[in-house]
Amino acid sequence: MTPDTAAHPSDSESTAAPSAVERFSPLHQAHVDAGASFTDFAGWQMPVRYSSDLAEHHAVRTQAGIFDLSHMAEITVSGADAGAFLDYALAGKLSTIDLLQAKYSLILNSAGGIIDDIVVYRTNAEDYLVVANAGNRVPAYEALSARAARFDVTVTDQSDDVALIAVQGPVSRAILEATAGLTVDGDLSDLKYYRALGGTFQDSDVLIARTGYTGEDGFELYIDVPAAAALWDALRAAGEPFGLVPAGLASRDTLRLEAGMPLYGHELSVTGYPAQAGLGRVVNLAKETDFIGRAASEEGPPADAAVLVGLVAAGKRAGRADYQVFRSIDAPDAEGVITSGALSPTLGHPIAMAYVAPGLAGLGTEVFVDVRGTRIPATVTPLPFYKRQK
Amino acid sequence: MADKSELQYTAEHEWVLVDGDTALVGITGYAADKLGDVVFVELPAVGSTVAAGTVVGEIESTKSVGELFAPVNGTVTETNDAVVDSPELVNSDPFGAGWLLKVTFTELPALLSYSEYSALVGE
Repeated sequence: MTPDTAAHPSDSESTAAPSAVERFSPLHQAHVDAGASFTDFAGWQMPVRYSSDLAEHHAVRTQAGIFDLSHMAEITVSGADAGAFLDYALAGKLSTIDLLQAKYSLILNSAGGIIDDIVVYRTNAEDYLVVANAGNRVPAYEALSARAARFDVTVTDQSDDVALIAVQGPVSRAILEATAGLTVDGDLSDLKYYRALGGTFQDSDVLIARTGYTGEDGFELYIDVPAAAALWDALRAAGEPFGLVPAGLASRDTLRLEAGMPLYGHELSVTGYPAQAGLGRVVNLAKETDFIGRAASEEGPPADAAVLVGLVAAGKRAGRADYQVFRSIDAPDAEGVITSGALSPTLGHPIAMAYVAPGLAGLGTEVFVDVRGTRIPATVTPLPFYKRQK
Repeated sequence: MADKSELQYTAEHEWVLVDGDTALVGITGYAADKLGDVVFVELPAVGSTVAAGTVVGEIESTKSVGELFAPVNGTVTETNDAVVDSPELVNSDPFGAGWLLKVTFTELPALLSYSEYSALVGE
């Protein structure tokens, strides 16, 4: 038996050169104590699972899971021109978002390709927090820094100083409200999706955002590294009666796939246009000002460029990343490729995201996935695969 | 559940329990842990001829795909239907209820002892 490491999460986001030095989360000891198995993720040793991928996945769908995301990159942008700078450097319009509002955005290159997908929080009138993928820490920071020259703005990579803990699942709010030492500047029950509140944990500032990457209700908590382990422990203690379990990157990947959320390095790349990935709405062409990638985005991808679709299949054999997609059971040439795929733990059948030729992208189109030599029928279906009941 | 010290092993993480001319085959707990939760098992047809070192089945987890290698030359006499219906048995009881197939053989190749396999996986 030889596990096929190509489908292993260590590939995810690993677009930057692998770091020669293994990096460890500030919560590493807590993961070791909890019995985690680790995987390399963009040079970081991160928990891939604690006990069972499936149990962790189901816990997030039905109760709650807690994730260590401290490998992600936090870049602050501060100064009188912060909003105008981000409007120039990013695909979206960030100058007009509210205080403590979050917005999903993209860092494009001048050819319209995606350097990274990010979440931007406005933390003060002239301060923003840009959260980038771990594997894109350097390119994201370098792109922002290079674009800052003519603006009154300071771009700072604070990734080493900031930890990120996510609590995701339907009982997440009750867990945060029960967490000893955590004080929120406001009422979590009034906090809308993609909004944040300040707060404190013990003596440290914490930013509490109603954001996530699982398709469930949940929160992401940003805190300075020295206080992170105590916050993790306090959240776990508060969550225990609610069924909170620590959850690893394996479950995070199946959760985000069911929710139809793209992962950089799989659905997104520096050679792909946002429009191909269904992210055309994230590129704000109505913005009055110029931004990097604007001209290329206005031109758009060629008419024959592959587009991202959802695929569902019957049975249990899942198409996985890099498996080819065909028009028919005997077509000689592939007309698509899967970027992420798994047997959906929630739905019980195979799901995948794939780039296919425009002619195969229509909803309901029947295609075939080559699963290690056997062509298995699949159907183009709307994303997301899973949507929570509200 | 078989006594792990009395089993023989392959470098591809199969275990083999020899009884006369029959080999009972499964994958090790180490391999099951590395795969994660097993969600699909494909086994060879009963009556099929298998060659040692060739791929005869697949074991899929949520995250990855593992290939099952035949540890001996021989004929498949039985496969474990329970593990096809309940793949999680590979994780919960890899050396017992999670067995995969029985193969009759005429000659047993050199396999690893428990201590040799333990050294291989560093446990």
